[in-house]
This record gives sequence, structure tokens and C-alpha cells, in this order.
Amino acid sequence: MGSVASLARVHLRSVPEPTPPPTSGDDVLSIEELERWATALRIDCVRMLAVAKSGHLDSSLSAADILAALYFRVLRHDPERPDWPERDRFVLSKGHAAPIQYAALARRGYFPQEDLMGLRQIGAQLQGHPDMLRTPGVEVSTGSLGQGLSMSLGIALALRLDGLDREAQVFTVLSDGDCQEGQTWEAAMAAPHFGVTNLTAIVDYNHLQTDGTTEEVMDTADVRAKFDAFGWDAVEIDGHDMGLIVDSLQRSRAAGQPSAIVCQTKKGRGVSSMEGRFGFHGKPPSAEQAEEALSELEARLGEQTAALQSVEQPPS
Amino acid sequence: MTAKLEAKSEPTATRHGYGDALVALGEAHEEVVALDADLSVSTQSAKFGNRYPDRFFNVGTAEANMMSIACGLAATGKVPYCSTFAVFATGRAYDQVRLGIAHNELKVRIGASHGGVSLGEDGASHQMIEDIALMRAMPRMQVVVPADYNQALAATLESYERDEPMYMRFGRPATPVVYDEIPESLGDGVDVMREGKDISIIACGHMVWRALEAAESLEREDGVEAEVLNVAIIKPLDSQAIVESLGKTGVAVTAEEHRVVGGLADAVRQVAAEQHPVPVFAVGMGDEFGLSGTGEACMEHFGLTARGIADRAREALVLKPIVSHPPLHGPEWT
Repeated sequence: MGSVASLARVHLRSVPEPTPPPTSGDDVLSIEELERWATALRIDCVRMLAVAKSGHLDSSLSAADILAALYFRVLRHDPERPDWPERDRFVLSKGHAAPIQYAALARRGYFPQEDLMGLRQIGAQLQGHPDMLRTPGVEVSTGSLGQGLSMSLGIALALRLDGLDREAQVFTVLSDGDCQEGQTWEAAMAAPHFGVTNLTAIVDYNHLQTDGTTEEVMDTADVRAKFDAFGWDAVEIDGHDMGLIVDSLQRSRAAGQPSAIVCQTKKGRGVSSMEGRFGFHGKPPSAEQAEEALSELEARLGEQTAALQSVEQPPS
Repeated sequence: MTAKLEAKSEPTATRHGYGDALVALGEAHEEVVALDADLSVSTQSAKFGNRYPDRFFNVGTAEANMMSIACGLAATGKVPYCSTFAVFATGRAYDQVRLGIAHNELKVRIGASHGGVSLGEDGASHQMIEDIALMRAMPRMQVVVPADYNQALAATLESYERDEPMYMRFGRPATPVVYDEIPESLGDGVDVMREGKDISIIACGHMVWRALEAAESLEREDGVEAEVLNVAIIKPLDSQAIVESLGKTGVAVTAEEHRVVGGLADAVRQVAAEQHPVPVFAVGMGDEFGLSGTGEACMEHFGLTARGIADRAREALVLKPIVSHPPLHGPEWT
């Protein structure tokens, strides 16, 4: 019963409410606000995983800034109309990071926040890996690495046939593991060949995988140069620099060719005990680890909120 | 739409039926798109590609990429037809078909040509003899194996009307037609090609015309009246039609250009075992790979012939009075 009690502690503890965010006066969120949302999404992930006692936390945390930038600023989407034909598409090729997408979808209103706690439970809509048949906002099911870029290319081609490729961009997030799968490079070869202009591949290059560091297991080396060699517009950025992430994502819309953004990231980003350290892949946090992680993330959320409020007061 | 589509009477490859129907589907439905992996002349998808270049995507020799691209296209409202050889469509790209197409219940059609050993000279690496087993085992995937050009044409046209993920197997060589006209529909997938009371010969694909020849020789030489069934939809299998025939004859031989394990034989035996246990003998590939030779020599080598079927039927008929029995009483066939 001890474990149930500690689970309940994680599940039921009060979490600082990040909604509604302070507005920056424009109709888009500021970089600081996006950073704050990234922290809120990280908190959601820790809570989900602690309750599920299963899943990939560190892989979710490394992509938190990218997902916050996409779902809270860059994506043209409407949670009220998940099937709006002109929407941007998002495909999580690294499907094991599903918790971070679920957190973003819930925060944007695709489904109730409470549903997050059903992650990986029998009968719940939130499967271990994204499932388009069960979860609103999931465009295609993923989870077997290497397929997401090809699926995204298929979506981009369909949008072009529908005359929507100027409006609708397809964004996909890949992992180190995705880049080790040969199929990713089949898609990398095909996208420029087919002349698609509305495809953005974002590599969450966190340098850690199940069996060790990416360099030890199978060095994917200069991923940016590889995309560049296949004829992509390819840039490399700090994947935790919100300003750069947003700029690069927006810039990719106008590239006129397939775009790759290689984001140098740290696995477990935001949780000191986990950040950049091997051994956490696919391991859920214990109740104690979750407590510690939440304390750290909540403190950061508090600081970020305070900083925002000192600059600008939210409208009453 | 079907005005330009004409039934063939001379031997023609089933893959031509697929290619001809695909062009007609492209004309009738703007959302139909086609993909190929550098085999478009062999698979016949080039006919579509020449006519509708904007809707045709040749991905090169990258079958995995093709299947996942099809997933993305279908998730965005298109109806993709993916063509390559059966070995690559099911073996090389199994995981992509599984997750991207079957699991997502997407309306993607896999038009696989060069199924079985009758493709001949290319040999074992290309002779796919376990594709039906792989696709039968895959949840939510339908498996269609037309018997001749005319039925291949009908099956392809009808594939557009169905929503489920679908695997369609076609062959390389020109084979005799068993349907005089283009069938209006595949119905539930089992056609009684010839009625008989002594033994059921249950065949698919290239083995159907051979089964009909076998039935003739059985009648001529042994006075045996064989019933011949063409199973064009192996999954979901019309078990009622199978049981009806088994109930009438009390013994069966299956015939397929495929491994007996996981193929038509197992599908029929499954039904028989649960609903009407009678002997079901099999003609097909054992625990072995194909080999090079002309297509017909390969078929001969593995006993995939009219004589092979007739001989197996004679063996089964010897056993019939010993192990067969009147129909059991079950809900499906009484």
C-alpha cells in the first residue's frame, strides 16, 4: 500500500496553475511565455509518468521546448476542429515521447487535462505511443522509429494535391534513433526529389539512447550535414533556446524546400538529476524522484511566472 | 467507367487486370493516387503513372518509405495504391504496413505482383510464398487473391468501394481465364466454379484454372465429381461457403501457390476444424524456398499443377470413407 500512497501524493499534490498565461499584448505568446509553458508541460510529463509508472520521461523532457514552441505559437491549428483541412500537421516520429505531445494537446484543449493521468492504463485514450484512432490531435500513429518522416512526406504530398501546401506546413520531430533507421534517409532523399516545400523535420538530437550514448551505440554524427547533402535547407540550433526554435520553425515555412532543424538538446532537460545522464530511457521516475523533479520544475515555473509578472501585468 | 474495360478470353496476367483497373479508378476518382518502387512496368502501375503523373509517386527502391508515405497520403484523404513485388511489399515493408496502414485502419491498397514461384527465373529471392500468411496474420488487413485477369480487374475496381486496408496478390505469367466476363462483384469472396458431390477442391489465384483441369481429369479418369471453389477473398474468409461445400462432399483438397502453413490450406482447415471436421488435404509449398527456372517449370517442380491436385484428391478420396462423417449440427451450416 506504500506505493499507492506515494503515488497519490504525486497525483494529488497541488500544481501551480499555469493557465491563463500572461499575455504579451500581441496575439502571439512571447518567448518568455513559451518558456514558461515548456516548464508547465514538463511538470505534466513528470506527473503522468509517476502515476503511469511506465513510459519515457527523459525523451519527453528533451523535446519540451520544441513542442511548446509548436503548440503554443507556431502551429496553425484549432483544437475545436482537429480535422480542419488547412491546419498545420504535427507528427511525433519519436513516438515514445508521447507524454510531451499529450501534455501539449491537453493544455491546448484537445481533451480534458484529467485524461493525462490515464496514460498507458487499460481502456484509456492515451496509449503508450501516439494512436490516431484514439487520441484527438494525433495525425498518424507512430512508435516504430524511422517511419514518421515518410508519413509526414505523404501528408505533405497530399496537401499539395489539395492545393493547400502554401498554407499547411507539416512538422515532424525525430529522435537520434529515428536517424539511425535507414528509412529516415529514404524519406530524406525523396522529399527534395518530389519537390515538397511544406515539410519541416526537427531532430531532437539528445545524444542518449537505450543502450548508451548515441556516439557509443551508433554515431549519427553530423545530422545537419546529412540533411544538407540530401538537398534540404538544414540548420543546427540549441534546442533549448526558445527564441531560436521559434525563429527556425517560422523560417522553415518560407524555405521553399524541405527544411531540417537539428536541435542540440539534453535528455531529461529541466530535471537536474536526469539531465544529460544515461540510464533513464524508458524508466519512469519513482515517487521520490518525481517529488524531487516536481519541486525543481515548480520552483522554475514560479520564477518564470514572477519574472513575467514583474515585466507585464496580465489583464484583469 | 468500365466501358473501356473489356473481359479477356486469351491467357493474360492478373497484374494486367490490376493495372488496367487502376487507370479506370484514377479517371473516376481524383483522390486515387498510386505509388511504386521502381517496378512500375512489371506491376503495371506505370499505366496509371503515364496517365496521371501528378498523382503517381515512384519512390525508387525504397519500399518502406513507400508504405509510410501511403499512410500519410491516406491520413490526408487520398486513396493510395502501392505496387511492388509481393516479396518486398510484405516482407521488406512489414512493419510499415503493420503500423502505418493496418493499425490505423487506413484505406490503402497494396497491389503486389509477382506472387508465388511462377515468376520463374529470378528465383528464391523474388518468389514470395509466405505473403498470404503474413497478411492474414496482420490484424485488420484484408487479403484478396484474384484467379484471372477478369477477376483481378473486378477486384481492383471493387477495392475502391471497401474501406478496410487491403492486400491484393497478382501474378507475373499470363494464365488462362476462368471467368468469361468481368465479374460484377467479388461478393463474399468464394465462387463455386463447378459443382460436385465427391470432393471439394478449394483453390486460389493461379491454382484455380489448374483445379478446374484437375476436376475434369478426375471425372474423366475416375468418375469422381469434384466441386471447385475459387477463394478470391482469403481474409475475411466466407466460412459459410466453405462449410456448405465440405458438408456436401465430406473431404477437401486446397490448392495454392504459397506455403501451406498460414495460407489458404490453414484458413480452410481452421474453418473445418471448428465447424465441420473433415479431412482437408493440401497442395502448396512445404518448408522450402523456390528456385530458378521458367515459371511453368517451377510450378511443375513443386507439384503445383492440375495433376498434382488430382493426385492429392485421389489420396484424400481413399481416406474419405474411413475418417469422414456426416455433417455435425452447428449453427453455421444447418
